[in-house]
Amino acid sequence: MITPIVLLTSIGFVAAVILGIAGRLFYVDEDPRIEAVANLLPGANCGGCGQAGCNATAEAIVQRRLEVNVCVVGGTETAEAIGTLLGYDVTGSEPKLACSTCEGGYRAARKYHYSGLQDCRAALQLYHGFIRCENGCLGLGSCFKACKFSAIRMDNVSGLPVFDPDRCVGCGSCIEACPKGIISLVGEKTKILHWNQYTQCLSPCRQRCPAQINIPKYLAHARRGEYGAALMTIKDNNPLPVATGRVCPELCATECRRTINDDPLAINPVKRFVSDWERSSGKRIPVSVAADTGYKIAVVGGGPSGLSAAYYLRRLGHQVEIFEKMPKLGGMPRYGIPDYRLSDEQLDWDIEGILELGITAHTNVTLGKDFTIQFLRNNGFDAVYLAIGAWFGRMIPLEGKELTGIYSGIDYLRRFHTDEEIIQGKRFVVIGAGNVAMDCARSALRAGASSVLLIFRFSRDLMEANAHEITDAENEGVIMRCLVSPVRFIGENGRLTGIEVQEVTLRHSPTGGLPEVIPVEGSNEIVDCDVVIQAVGQAADLNDIIAADGLAKTRYSTIDADEDTLQTSLPGVFAGGDCYSGPRLMVEAIAAGRYAARSIHYYVTTGAIPPIEYRQREMMAPAMIDSLVNVIPTPTSAIKPVIPVEDRMGTFREVEGTITEQQCQQEANRCLNCGIYCYDQDDLPRDQTRIARSCPNEPHIVEKEEMALPN
Amino acid sequence: MDLFYLAISATFVNNILLAQYLGNCPFLGVSKRIETAAGMAAAIIFVTILSAVFTWAVLVYMLRPYGLEFLQTLTFILIIASLVQFVEIILKKKSKVLYDALGVYLALITTNCAVLGVVLLVARKELAFIEMLVFSSTSAVGYALALLLFAGHRERLQISAIPRSMQGTAIALVTAGIMSLAFIGFRGMAN
Repeated sequence: MITPIVLLTSIGFVAAVILGIAGRLFYVDEDPRIEAVANLLPGANCGGCGQAGCNATAEAIVQRRLEVNVCVVGGTETAEAIGTLLGYDVTGSEPKLACSTCEGGYRAARKYHYSGLQDCRAALQLYHGFIRCENGCLGLGSCFKACKFSAIRMDNVSGLPVFDPDRCVGCGSCIEACPKGIISLVGEKTKILHWNQYTQCLSPCRQRCPAQINIPKYLAHARRGEYGAALMTIKDNNPLPVATGRVCPELCATECRRTINDDPLAINPVKRFVSDWERSSGKRIPVSVAADTGYKIAVVGGGPSGLSAAYYLRRLGHQVEIFEKMPKLGGMPRYGIPDYRLSDEQLDWDIEGILELGITAHTNVTLGKDFTIQFLRNNGFDAVYLAIGAWFGRMIPLEGKELTGIYSGIDYLRRFHTDEEIIQGKRFVVIGAGNVAMDCARSALRAGASSVLLIFRFSRDLMEANAHEITDAENEGVIMRCLVSPVRFIGENGRLTGIEVQEVTLRHSPTGGLPEVIPVEGSNEIVDCDVVIQAVGQAADLNDIIAADGLAKTRYSTIDADEDTLQTSLPGVFAGGDCYSGPRLMVEAIAAGRYAARSIHYYVTTGAIPPIEYRQREMMAPAMIDSLVNVIPTPTSAIKPVIPVEDRMGTFREVEGTITEQQCQQEANRCLNCGIYCYDQDDLPRDQTRIARSCPNEPHIVEKEEMALPN
Repeated sequence: MDLFYLAISATFVNNILLAQYLGNCPFLGVSKRIETAAGMAAAIIFVTILSAVFTWAVLVYMLRPYGLEFLQTLTFILIIASLVQFVEIILKKKSKVLYDALGVYLALITTNCAVLGVVLLVARKELAFIEMLVFSSTSAVGYALALLLFAGHRERLQISAIPRSMQGTAIALVTAGIMSLAFIGFRGMAN
């Protein structure tokens, strides 16, 4: 009797000793919060969160790799309990919800007709699921069957899944069931970190928008009168909708399919309407901010790119501080765009919305003079984003360049927004034909100039300014002379009195690019003037930063950074916006800010920045449908109201107004709800056959067969 | 040649899962996806072989010399549980990736009666060391084979048209039964 007891006790003792020694030797210092969080989780080990079990989930939550609301079984109560334990405010966190990126429209009619197993995966395995639209839903309802929470129903009309956000717990069962990958779990972080890919079914306008705003989605909200939802869709990609609603050149509209036989959609006026709708209500729609990650990011530059990066970094849960050299945030839109296009109050609404998320701003501090990148690092910032813009106005080195009365466009416009003396004159000559040149010319007229001559050495079709800016400038009295080049400045007693110009002709450049400029002999003339504004380019002033921190620059005097990550030669230091790309559009600077936020987020949280597979950079070829069938031409009614020309002079009152609610809805209704290959023709009479030509996936759009109709 | 027969017998004819019906709980629990089944299979193979070696040594050098074979079930449970804990401690420290990958399955092995079944069969058959190694490893491979085949079936079942009353565990048990019948077909090839 004693022997077995001794033996068992001995084995148990030996095992205990070995385990004890192993436990000591291989001890892993574990955060006590992991156990506490694990105790709060229901312990179902269901795997719905994608982890191997509740303990692994608890660890990931504590390490902030997963959100506190990741548990699909525990629900809101568990999330709040964990949030309380870890000191997170979870009230603003948005749960991930399933959604389909295919919004139906014409694709709705393309439900897969398959006589075998009524399952998308079976269809895909047997016939590769290819029907008519490569990215479309097969419509056999595998996601519907996979959902254990009855959060999906198959719409009888469209044949597409419809998701119920109240029932969806974000378990991802539908994603696993969908063989075409068109369902995704979308939370705020996903939206911020996502970039368009060639594998997506993106409408042409969405492909062209530098900020990658989901235009069809916000137009769909707008036509249903859901202006808040429309605005939030815009803010997923652009935190400055009031400002861009006024100054964006609408690249998206140039790709609008309506242009094939109709007017392009007035996309930006709709954006301006929904952003003004919020501003005029005086009540801001709350924006979710992720749980605090503990990382500190410094954003140098309070322009559109810096503000955009700060906004998205904050929403990703990081602590952000902005350092701005000017007295106010806003960058070039504040100091370079005249009030008649974008006023300080309008820009302030956007900026206040960003700062209200909990972002600190330091103004009147200049990088390279008042502080350095090393200083930021020493003060606990985990990453730095340089968005210092391009504040140096380039000047043409002509004879007489030292005369008083010659200014850069930036220098001229900036003074309207600072305490500096405004440049006065009677006869202005503006050199250049970009938006800055138009702004200078139009501002000069408002500031009291008797004449403004704009000279441009290329032809009119090569003018870079927005078409309506050029027209407005002409209507207001700016005289434009194309194919004229400046030769030298003329002055007396150190003061500018005129400019010698010369007519030129153009010759096709054999190497591509801009044509060669050939002077016309004997065409020189002297134009009397007392002020010349040179709006011929901008650059970043990097000398102090390079001297202080050794940042690398390119031969174009922009910051040298990796194209895919925006990381500079200094680890943890990123650059974007005009200081990296050279002067570009405001919407491009905003896009750069969000892209930088993505890189910085991955850099501080994981140490590596994953590349974006199949990143959409160029327009996708299949987007080029060249005919619309059965789309009734409907001219746009979204013509913005403008004040009379006589009311513009002597004042910087806003020239263009916002469209009305009725115009907004009418315009949004014109949206064809396009995808890459197709567009919505749902309003067609049922007895008409739908055909779209020039689709690369022919035979593809031949739907609503007549045989299906009762005669 | 005997070792070959032993291997065939353990893997197919007397498959620990489908012929001897041991370890059914994880068989049904982790066979919904091939990925998870593969993780479980790898863990089972590793722990079964390790357990067989240790329990064989304890049996041969401690229990049998003192006539204490009646304690083998109790002893083996103790050893398997300790071993799993030991492996878990080391993995957590040395290979966090593998530890995370195995996740909850590592703990489940402790309660997997297939492991206990194999070491008890080793004891009952009074196998020598090499035979024990062959038997335990091929038994575990047999388990893994059955688990992966079943997981494959279940993945296909998920996309098949099945009456609502038969969906889920019901059709899984029916399928397991049919698979078991298929393995019975190996009967007579080896003892």
